[in-house]
Amino acid sequence: MSVDSVEDIKKHIKVYIMVFVALMVLTVVTVGVAYLPLTVPIAITLALIIASIKGSLVASYFMHLAAEKSAIYWTLLVTAAFFLVLMFVPLLTTLDTISR
Amino acid sequence: MDNVTTAGHAEHEHELGFWQKYFFSQDHKVIGIQYTITALVFLLFGFLLMMIMRWQLAYPGQPIPVIGGLMGDANAPGGIMLPEFYNQLGAMHGTIMVFLGVVPLAVGGFGNFVVPLQIGAPDMAFPKLNMASYWVFLVGGLVMFASFFAPGGAANSGWTSYVPLSVIATQGQTWWLIGMTFLITSSLLGAINFIVTMVQLRAPGLTWMRLPFFVWTQLVTAFLLLLAFPPLEAAAFLQLMDRVAGTSFFLPSGLVVSGQALEVSGGGSALLWQHLFWFLAHPEVYVLILPAMGITAEIIACNTRKPLWGYRPMVYSVVFLGFMSFIVWAHHMFLTGMGTMISAFFQTTTMIISIPSVIILSALFISLYGASMRFTTPMLFALAFLPMFGIGGLTGLPLGLAAADIHLHDTLYVIGHFHYVVAPGTIFALFAGIYHWFPKATGRKMNEVLGKIHFWGSLVCMNGVFMPMMIQGLAGMNRRMYDGGIGYEHVQDVLHWNTMMSFSAWGLGLFQVFFIINFFMSIRRGEKTNDNPWEATTLEWETPSPPPHGNFLSPPEVHRGPYEYSVPGAATDFTPQGQRS
Amino acid sequence: MEIPYTVNTRADTGLNNVKLGIWLFLASEVMLFGGLFSSYVLLRVGAEPGTWPLGAEILSIPLATFNTIVLIASSVTMVMAWASLKLGNLGKYKLYMGSTVALALVFLVVKAFEYADKFSHHLYPSESTFLGIYFLITGLHGLHIVGGVIVNSYFLFPGVKMWHTAPERFTNRIEAAGLYWHFVDLVWIFLFPVLYLL
Repeated sequence: MSVDSVEDIKKHIKVYIMVFVALMVLTVVTVGVAYLPLTVPIAITLALIIASIKGSLVASYFMHLAAEKSAIYWTLLVTAAFFLVLMFVPLLTTLDTISR
Repeated sequence: MDNVTTAGHAEHEHELGFWQKYFFSQDHKVIGIQYTITALVFLLFGFLLMMIMRWQLAYPGQPIPVIGGLMGDANAPGGIMLPEFYNQLGAMHGTIMVFLGVVPLAVGGFGNFVVPLQIGAPDMAFPKLNMASYWVFLVGGLVMFASFFAPGGAANSGWTSYVPLSVIATQGQTWWLIGMTFLITSSLLGAINFIVTMVQLRAPGLTWMRLPFFVWTQLVTAFLLLLAFPPLEAAAFLQLMDRVAGTSFFLPSGLVVSGQALEVSGGGSALLWQHLFWFLAHPEVYVLILPAMGITAEIIACNTRKPLWGYRPMVYSVVFLGFMSFIVWAHHMFLTGMGTMISAFFQTTTMIISIPSVIILSALFISLYGASMRFTTPMLFALAFLPMFGIGGLTGLPLGLAAADIHLHDTLYVIGHFHYVVAPGTIFALFAGIYHWFPKATGRKMNEVLGKIHFWGSLVCMNGVFMPMMIQGLAGMNRRMYDGGIGYEHVQDVLHWNTMMSFSAWGLGLFQVFFIINFFMSIRRGEKTNDNPWEATTLEWETPSPPPHGNFLSPPEVHRGPYEYSVPGAATDFTPQGQRS
Repeated sequence: MEIPYTVNTRADTGLNNVKLGIWLFLASEVMLFGGLFSSYVLLRVGAEPGTWPLGAEILSIPLATFNTIVLIASSVTMVMAWASLKLGNLGKYKLYMGSTVALALVFLVVKAFEYADKFSHHLYPSESTFLGIYFLITGLHGLHIVGGVIVNSYFLFPGVKMWHTAPERFTNRIEAAGLYWHFVDLVWIFLFPVLYLL
């Protein structure tokens, strides 16, 4: 297993606290943005961007992904690619139809 | 401090009771055999369903002989099959063959038994999880089997369970969805186990490019199962809720059934099901073929006494194939009203995905050149796999071209295409694997005479069943018609093939009896062999037959590639992978 | 022969078996929730204009915001539980793990309250496709929380024995449980804006 020293762990703990604060702030931002008068596409984009930032913080620091090995990284990258395919390609099929 | 786990219970194996040793075993070899036997039973059952269907197709409206009375009045009053029953047989034949037969045998059976041995591991990475995977699979299988006895019978909306028909179908469909949930869960747990095993437990010296090709195919297959199955599980939940909770995920607004408007909220999308289903089901067909290619490769290398030609291109091809398989699914949906741009996208990816398949098949063909062939039963099946899969693959090309698919979609041509790939394709390779690895599992060989009768009879009958389907399909004969199409004028000229196809199917069934007898007889009375009767190079042959608990008497080390046959200057015509010097 | 790398890391991959295994499981979970999110997208885009409600019209944003804070907090306590074990402090581990379980239960109670409120107004999944997908996604997410509570409770009570016999192995298991828990939090981070705010 990794040989993290006590100092390393204590540094990590400082990071966890900072990430927690950031997540709280971003949660407030998420809700606040929802009350702004924005068009639907912009609202969706903004909400997803903020969620992605929050998600990246959780993944990178709580889940230690920032320091993880390439096997994990590549598996997740491939998964993310297929996730995006699943999100967008069926949608594309509905936008390009023979009859409307 | 205990920092290492022992292989389940290696030290006190002799203390295991009967149930823990043979039923609730955590040993990958026992689990592999459990999967194999269970899958073979389901394969036989699925085959029986088809044999009954083929009666109806050859002699529509005639009472089924001998067993007609056993079907029950709800299914076949007076022994004459009702359309509803035909539909049950069709849907369950497909479901059982794919999900309870072929995949559990190819992955659960062969994968479990062979992979840890071929990589020099003592067992799978998570033995308890392995055991759980088998039992969850069995529960799913029993749920599927039990569905025949539900009111209204088993699922009858095709193995594809298209909505909205499946949402309003009889109770058996709910059982199907529950059964699928168990099967998908079992697959996911298995896939995790396989990947961790192949990544982490390879013996020292067994680098990626020294892996037997069979292991590569299992690795890609595991990734396909891991990432493609979950959306179908999601879809199954959606359909379950539509059926039991009154939701309308798949029910469009204003749907009318038998003259009455459905009282649901509407707003659903029938195409949503197709997208989620085929997102899995396309990678699923590669799950069906990849292990078969792997088995064929192993047997060809061994029985030609020379290395595989093009190992590296084959590896790159199989990995590329895995990726591509996730972006071709809508070639099953060309006729759903998709526009030309998106259809062109899927047509292009589909054409591209044929390239790695061709590379692998060509490499296997070229591997035969200059061979010292040994025409044993496993080799005969492996050799036959090549042209049979070739026919299956080539007939897929017109289906992948959107314009041609307009004519061929949902015809017998499609059925002929995919059966060529799976039946004289994959299943032949699986038979080859059984004959090939039977000595490793039991210490005895199967009988060659019975094996050859099984082979030749099956080869002829397979072609007798499926080749005429191409003719019928090209004439435009639709699939899933319980009367075999007698009501349609445009197929009258090709109807006569039905009789010959049915007799071929029943003949095929008869020839499997030779296999069944051979299998069980050889367990007790087969010719005893040593550890390596085929004189093969891969690691599984460097351990006793059958291997002991923990597999290897001393930890193996790998010193060379997997197919060092006929090495110039070597003393014997094969050099085992783990041999020191 | 014993199964290697159950606790130690393999040199060329840098991983132990459990860590690789749990990440693979999470990859499959990404695809599971992906299937549901994809369904949400298709259903919403395909809905007749005006028939798809805004989340705020039907759902309670304050309750969900509270739940978001609760779940993120539980993620912090979870990672602190693991860090405490790395520092060899079993007492702190129990405190943080206990907090994680407690916060998860708070989340579930709030969810139960939300559901009960909907049902009392006859807002069942069958009422509309929006409600259908809302109940299914949050329901499946809720089931994942229940699963996490069960696993974490096991590691808090009977399972904690392993700390005394195999501390490194136990720490690895808490790391794996933590990865699962953070993932459940991650799903909610996306669920919250998509269902409630858009």
